[in-house]
Amino acid sequence: MKFSDQLEQRFATMVTHYPTKRSVLVPMLLYIQDELGAMTDEAIHEIAERTELSDLEVRNVVSYYSMLRTRPVGKYNLQVCTNVSCLLRGADDLFEHCKKKLGVGNKQTTSDGMFHLEEVECIGACSWAPALMMNYEFHENLTPAKIDELIDGLKKKEQQ
Amino acid sequence: MAGSFMRRIAVFMADVTLTVDGKKLTVPAGTLLIEACKSTGIEVPSFCYYPGLSLQGACRMCLVEIEKMPKLQTACTTPVAEGMVATTESDKIKQARKSMIEMLLANHPLDCPVCDAGGECELQDMTFKYGAAESKFMDMKNHRDEQQWSPVVYFDRPRCILCYRCVRVCGEGMDVWALGVQNRGSGSIIAPNKEDHLECEECGMCIDICPVGALTSGAYRYKTRPWEMKHVGTVCTHCGDGCKTTLGVRRADTGMQIVRGDNRDKSGINGDFLCIKGRYAFDFANNPERLQQPLIKRDGKFVPSTWEQAFDLIASKFQEVLASHGPSSIGVVGSNHTSNEENYLLQKFARLVLGTNNIDHHRTADFPALASALAGKKDATASMRDVFNAPAILLIGNNPTEQHPLLAWQIRSNVRLHRAKLYIANSSPIKLRRQATAFVQIAPGSEGAFVQFLTANDAAADAVASPQLTREALSQMRDALKSESGLVIIFGSELRGSDVTALVNYGLSLGAKFICLGDYANSRGAADMGLYPDMLPGYAPVSSATRFHEHWLDEVPTAPGLNLLQLVDAAKAGNLKALYVVGSNPVARYNIDPFVLSKTFVIVQDMFLTETAASADVVLPVANAYEKGGTYTNTCGDVQMLKKAGEFSGVRNDFECIVRIAAGMGCDVHKLVPFGGGGTRADMGQSRGAQSGESDQHAVWLADHNLEPKMSPYDPVAMLDEIQRLVPGYDISRLGLLSGHDEHTQLVQITGATGMGHPELVMPANDKLFTSGTLGRFSATLNTVMERYRTMPEDVEIAAGYDPMVRE
Repeated sequence: MKFSDQLEQRFATMVTHYPTKRSVLVPMLLYIQDELGAMTDEAIHEIAERTELSDLEVRNVVSYYSMLRTRPVGKYNLQVCTNVSCLLRGADDLFEHCKKKLGVGNKQTTSDGMFHLEEVECIGACSWAPALMMNYEFHENLTPAKIDELIDGLKKKEQQ
Repeated sequence: MAGSFMRRIAVFMADVTLTVDGKKLTVPAGTLLIEACKSTGIEVPSFCYYPGLSLQGACRMCLVEIEKMPKLQTACTTPVAEGMVATTESDKIKQARKSMIEMLLANHPLDCPVCDAGGECELQDMTFKYGAAESKFMDMKNHRDEQQWSPVVYFDRPRCILCYRCVRVCGEGMDVWALGVQNRGSGSIIAPNKEDHLECEECGMCIDICPVGALTSGAYRYKTRPWEMKHVGTVCTHCGDGCKTTLGVRRADTGMQIVRGDNRDKSGINGDFLCIKGRYAFDFANNPERLQQPLIKRDGKFVPSTWEQAFDLIASKFQEVLASHGPSSIGVVGSNHTSNEENYLLQKFARLVLGTNNIDHHRTADFPALASALAGKKDATASMRDVFNAPAILLIGNNPTEQHPLLAWQIRSNVRLHRAKLYIANSSPIKLRRQATAFVQIAPGSEGAFVQFLTANDAAADAVASPQLTREALSQMRDALKSESGLVIIFGSELRGSDVTALVNYGLSLGAKFICLGDYANSRGAADMGLYPDMLPGYAPVSSATRFHEHWLDEVPTAPGLNLLQLVDAAKAGNLKALYVVGSNPVARYNIDPFVLSKTFVIVQDMFLTETAASADVVLPVANAYEKGGTYTNTCGDVQMLKKAGEFSGVRNDFECIVRIAAGMGCDVHKLVPFGGGGTRADMGQSRGAQSGESDQHAVWLADHNLEPKMSPYDPVAMLDEIQRLVPGYDISRLGLLSGHDEHTQLVQITGATGMGHPELVMPANDKLFTSGTLGRFSATLNTVMERYRTMPEDVEIAAGYDPMVRE
């Protein structure tokens, strides 16, 4: 299979950065996931061939990291941290708020395929807790109002 | 394995002194603490640690206290240090281990009463020792039904304790990489490479190495309990490598039935290793088609007979043919699966009793060429153990992964653990190229030319040329080989006759040792024991005076007899009046029209009604190698003892059959088998004078070796006495043999065996990983596996994985 030109180019450069081909696996998986939405069987097989690994070994890695998925999630992936720092600053309530706001539970996607909600461990934003990650974007010092603003803003953006 | 690894390190590193449990000990630097403890008899428990595999540090069972280190340390990942003071048993440690077991048992089903591993389970033993049987966990256990991953591998997920031994032995050890770990933490699971099933070499290493009953074998699961079996360590009867396999036998209707094969006895040359055949393909012995009664053909149909009737008929028929047509009208075909004693006896029977040199067997390698090229040189053959320790190996031809699984394991382990250099020349990109320092893909059939090229004949490079090969690679390999010392040269049946001579001359100049690869369990033994029309045991030509002539061959014709193909021609021409086939199936192997044998009186000794047996006049049902004693010689020349494990009612062993036939013909059995106090010759008690040469040399030899005379003509050990006394190279340690060691024979004292090999008669068996000639055809396990792989695309090689011990 072939990836987008941009990703193909990225792979060609990245693979030269490491002494062994297998080392390019994790960054490549992330880029592939961004492009395809999830790790498909086809993509797993492709990257296995390119890195001279077995499909099994790629699957081992994919299943190990929680940020790698085999099933697609919504367009906007809200990952709410409920680890210690965020928890102390009310992350539990915020997560409940998100659930109510979106009408989905943990690790569920809204029926329109727009939002995916996930409770995650520390995302390294303790100084600005509570925090969440929307795709690769950080949102910090959260309040229920801030979350409403974020979600409504995204909804509006989609309607346009 | 680890032991020799450590020893090798010791050459480079000084020793360190440490104290464990108050004991002072000195070990080479770099030794792991757990191994250091083991060396002084202190057992540190562990699940994940396994000698020879990469370190895992997963199970936390080997925790020990080390002074000046704040927390408990894992002994399996800690190298010893000078002045280290460690404690392996204390209340703190006990508590830690107990907690680990409690965690492991949290989700482990307590189905020990039906679990295959019950009674030989490491988790059970540890729980027994540390006592954590009462669980504080109230949650439901995660259950998942048992899954079948392949015809031989079953996985019971909840029993798994995640030690990762299976993953490592499959990847690092076997270079198959079919098992992986998915998810993480307590959610981790062992996963097969094809999502819900395995595509692999079906070796079963993962099953044997599993400390619990998570991986179980299709052949054995839910059949019996470990303590209900008797365990017998004997030699595998499939390929020519000579692995030791431990057979578990249990009483059954037909006698003692083999229900399990494994390598729990790790003392063999194979150490941890066994392939699918050694582990599961013992089941041909239990095949319902096995013959249980002698059969005599009357009016074209087989009629069961008694043993007496069958022996009488054969003996009288032989005598009749001898009287009417002479010895040259009788032929004998020996086996690659019968023991050395039976082979020796068979050729002695042919030459002494039948008076003919018309004896041959299915030759799978040109051993005579090697013997003749070495011309009695000492220390020029390598043992299977050498393959694991040699600093460099040159492999020409063959595909050991398929045809010599143990050899392939030894090579891989040597490269992985000792950084051995591996040079390969092959016409196909065989799997071992992945371990090779250098690999050249030469043109098919150009192995001989490759040898010529090695001997500085540049012109030969053209014959070797293939699209996958550059001239530089070829020259580089030749140059690199020049500077290798301690080289072991291994060659397949592609090299024969003068090619072998050329290779030996080349190798000897480098101080190399050789291994010639033959295909079956006792192919080398059949060759060494003289199942040749032109050679006696030890490759001595029949035409010259040898020690055999002196001892028992006085009346035998000195002209070479007919080889296998000539025997068939003689049958076609109507000149072959009787044919005695022991444990062989030439009709199928050489594609002979059974009609050719219609005018010949054919006697067959076999387990099954093979194509050859079907065209016989008398068929004697015999025991296989798992059902008798004796010795086997593997392809390297390592001799090992067979031990009787199974028993099948109604059959007799080949040895007894031959002796009975000889006795029936009126032969003085003492001349055939040296048994009884009287020995083989009358001892006139004179040390000088006319009778002095007549002393009983066999008795003298026995006394000299502290051995007793054997009391029965059916005792193969009596024959072993004679073999050890007379066959060059076989004067090896009897004590070693008896205690289950492999004893390497050397092709020494062999002179005059020049160019008698007949390379054109060598026909490789071409068995693959899942086939094994006639034995394979009657093995249900091998057939199931074959059936499954027949429906899959051929030769899909699994990518090489990451081996931390090679590519660190």
